[in-house]
Amino acid sequence: MASATQEPPAASGVEAPAARVLRAELGPQLRSVADFRGDLAITVERDAWVRAASLLRDHPQLDFKLFLDLCGVDQLDDDTDEGLRDRYEVVLHLYSVTHKHHVRLKTTAPEAAPDVPTLTGVYKGANWFEREAWDLYGIRFTGHPKLERLLTHDAFVGHPMRKDYPVGQRHVLKSPKVQLMDVPADSEHLLVNIGPSHPAMHGTFRVQALMDGETIAACEAEIGYMHRNFEKMAEVRTYWQIIPYTDRLNYCSSFMNGHGWALAVEKLLGIQAPPRAEAVRVILSEFSRIMDHIIAIGTNVVDLGAITPFFVMFRAREDIYELLDACCGARLTVSYVRIGGLAQDVPEDFEARCRRVMKSVQEVVDQADGLLTRNPIFTSRFKDVGAMGKDEALSWGWVGPCLRGSGVAYDVRKDHPYSGYEQYDFDVPVGTVGDCYDRYLVRMEEMRQSLRIIDQALRKLPSGPVIVDDKKVALPPKSEVYSNIEALMNHFKLVYDGILPPPGEVYGYTEGANGELGYYIVSRGAKHPWRVKVRPPCFNIYQAFPSMITGALLADAVAIIGGLNVIAGELDR
Amino acid sequence: MSGLSDHWAGLSPVAQQFWIAVLKVAVIFNVLLGLFSFMTYAERRLLAFMQFRLGPNRTGPFGVLQPIADGIKLFFKEEVIPEGANRWVFVAAPAVAVVAAFLSIAVVPYGGPGLFQIADLEVGILYLFAISSLGVYAIVMAGWAANNKFTMLGGLRSAAQMFSYELALGLSWVGLIMLAGSFRIQDIVTAQKGGLGLLNWFCVVQFPAFIVYLIAATAEVNRTPFDLPEAETELVAGFHTEYSSMRFALLQMAEYVNMITVAAVGTSLFLGGWLSPLPLLPDSPLWFFVKFGLLLFFFIWLRGTLPRFRYDQLMHFGWKVLVPVATLWILVTAGLVTAGVPGFRR
Repeated sequence: MASATQEPPAASGVEAPAARVLRAELGPQLRSVADFRGDLAITVERDAWVRAASLLRDHPQLDFKLFLDLCGVDQLDDDTDEGLRDRYEVVLHLYSVTHKHHVRLKTTAPEAAPDVPTLTGVYKGANWFEREAWDLYGIRFTGHPKLERLLTHDAFVGHPMRKDYPVGQRHVLKSPKVQLMDVPADSEHLLVNIGPSHPAMHGTFRVQALMDGETIAACEAEIGYMHRNFEKMAEVRTYWQIIPYTDRLNYCSSFMNGHGWALAVEKLLGIQAPPRAEAVRVILSEFSRIMDHIIAIGTNVVDLGAITPFFVMFRAREDIYELLDACCGARLTVSYVRIGGLAQDVPEDFEARCRRVMKSVQEVVDQADGLLTRNPIFTSRFKDVGAMGKDEALSWGWVGPCLRGSGVAYDVRKDHPYSGYEQYDFDVPVGTVGDCYDRYLVRMEEMRQSLRIIDQALRKLPSGPVIVDDKKVALPPKSEVYSNIEALMNHFKLVYDGILPPPGEVYGYTEGANGELGYYIVSRGAKHPWRVKVRPPCFNIYQAFPSMITGALLADAVAIIGGLNVIAGELDR
Repeated sequence: MSGLSDHWAGLSPVAQQFWIAVLKVAVIFNVLLGLFSFMTYAERRLLAFMQFRLGPNRTGPFGVLQPIADGIKLFFKEEVIPEGANRWVFVAAPAVAVVAAFLSIAVVPYGGPGLFQIADLEVGILYLFAISSLGVYAIVMAGWAANNKFTMLGGLRSAAQMFSYELALGLSWVGLIMLAGSFRIQDIVTAQKGGLGLLNWFCVVQFPAFIVYLIAATAEVNRTPFDLPEAETELVAGFHTEYSSMRFALLQMAEYVNMITVAAVGTSLFLGGWLSPLPLLPDSPLWFFVKFGLLLFFFIWLRGTLPRFRYDQLMHFGWKVLVPVATLWILVTAGLVTAGVPGFRR
């Protein structure tokens, strides 16, 4: 139980303040309160959905200001009538940065009329999430300002995440949506497509901007070009088969995605990886974070026309790739993590290699710092550009360096330590105004802090196995499989049956490079998860982008998007 | 050989002048072409070294034949004229760009009066000013004719940018004209001759004007940090997005030749042209090329160091900083010249 152990004991379980307050306020409209692996889940009636969310947000004892995630779940059950009555679940995840607690709020909708009132009036971030739930599950959110398809093509037929939608079904959809917004016929403004393939768009996504000279008068974003429905694929894979898919989420720091996934599944299973595996995970996660920040800063300044810092910083990224290569043989999509540990032990000269890479990172961070931080052209491009206030950032569901840039010191590693982060001493940098410059400074400082963590983890690196000794979770070593009948049988059983977790649902979350990366797993006890929902940090972050650049200059839009570090693989899943 | 010299002697002085001019144009034109291709190579290599890369190093020794390979490749590329483009303007724009770029080099002196200059015009500086304004037409034409929104934005940006910075560029020369008392560039170079060597150069005497010139010249040739017209991350490739093959090469050539021109002009006007930096050493065209090379390096160095301005910052900087500074400095120079301060005496 990686992250569950850190829940404050006084406020946990069904007597947690959130449950108490909702029970008192909603009375019979509160259907049930559950606590599984330390996750508090509250189910309310549909009529009380908006009221419950508002209460959670505004009640001083609860203060769930940070919108994390909203998703649909299809609980289709052919055997019972009840399955049809409560077929669709809408699941909301919230967090309170003041009280440091999570909550999961659920409601259900029948198959015949899957209507749920919208939460867009409560949380800004709910907008795209509800569109996604409509798109993938066909849940109608009444009152939503623009309930259109988000991830799939607008001519797509059906709702792909429904359990009765065949996994292998294909659509060929070619014609793009030409116009994303209405432009008055007599408008003198210029409609410009920025993306899906444009040098400033890191990945394939599209912003259509109505230009008034150099100023963006209005704009609309379109995503989904990279959508491959990872979540549907996950429903027909075993738990460890999903690991390679997670690499493709935020491919700039793929190790961290696998780390988060493994922790979420371990939380569901109620096991913990051995200390050595956890320490190596921390080290490689921190290197991945550095790598991701290098890409964020490097490409951001390339967008501003400064090409040298990019090359300076990418040298260190190359060194980190070599380190990963030495550990697992892959550079970009590492798939190094296993449920319950790691695929194999690190090479013998691991510490020396890490020290070399650390030195190189330190060098390039200092050099980039010298080239950029006090460069007047750079600061004039970044200061007071794309400022995002604290409350607004929370309402959009911002996390990670972007949220910290806006002045909220929320870091999962600090507030809900996992994988042994509590042993390491590090600081959480925060910004003041939340502009591009603050986000840049936060990332620069986080790289230094990551080096501190790696240094401590290397000093304490324990010896021992790197995967749990549990034949229901981890494959036995190959040498035993070939020499020992019991190991062979265990191997066979595990490959054939898969890991079988108990029924239940968990929300496992880690601090990814872009912020809280969550996996919401619904298990029915089978070898395949019933539902996997990724809570992608940059989905929330990018959602705010159109409103941030309206009224800004075109060049500012370019400066802002780089600093948000939107990764299409994670955005579109 | 003797036949040729007899023939030469038999020509009238006007005809002799004509043939000399033709020869000079031919030589300098070809040297410029060579220099342009060498600059593409030098820029890529130097930038690469600044960025821990190697740059092109496979074609010929140290990769020096890379520009030739690039040229051959560009010749054989398909020329695409986008649908809906204005054909004539689209085709004419690169030609205008190149012609405008090559014309201004005519008045730059590489050495003392006589052989080392194509045209020793009485109004050389005014000529430069006039010709350098032509380049913007090419960019606006290219941006507009392609019928593409990004090229149009790029064309408009550069029109605004070049108008603004041309003003500062011209103002930075006024002080020199006052000190030299002439519009002839040859006179301005010789006016920088004195007992103190490089301390007599206008880059020292007219230091603020020199800085204004460097900044305005960088903006004039659209190089980092003023490369907004082709800011690739905002405008894809700006005004030359739709160009391909040799027309693209011509636009590139125009840019490099413009850079060569502003470096050559800067060398003549501010760095003493062909004068030697130390009083003891003889003056020679060699000095010209050393200083000229340093200025070219400076432009590449800038590109390796700085990010790009934002459009509104660029306009503010041009109109609210550069133009006032240049104007103020003209007043100061005029005052000093009138008062007869040493160093400001004609």
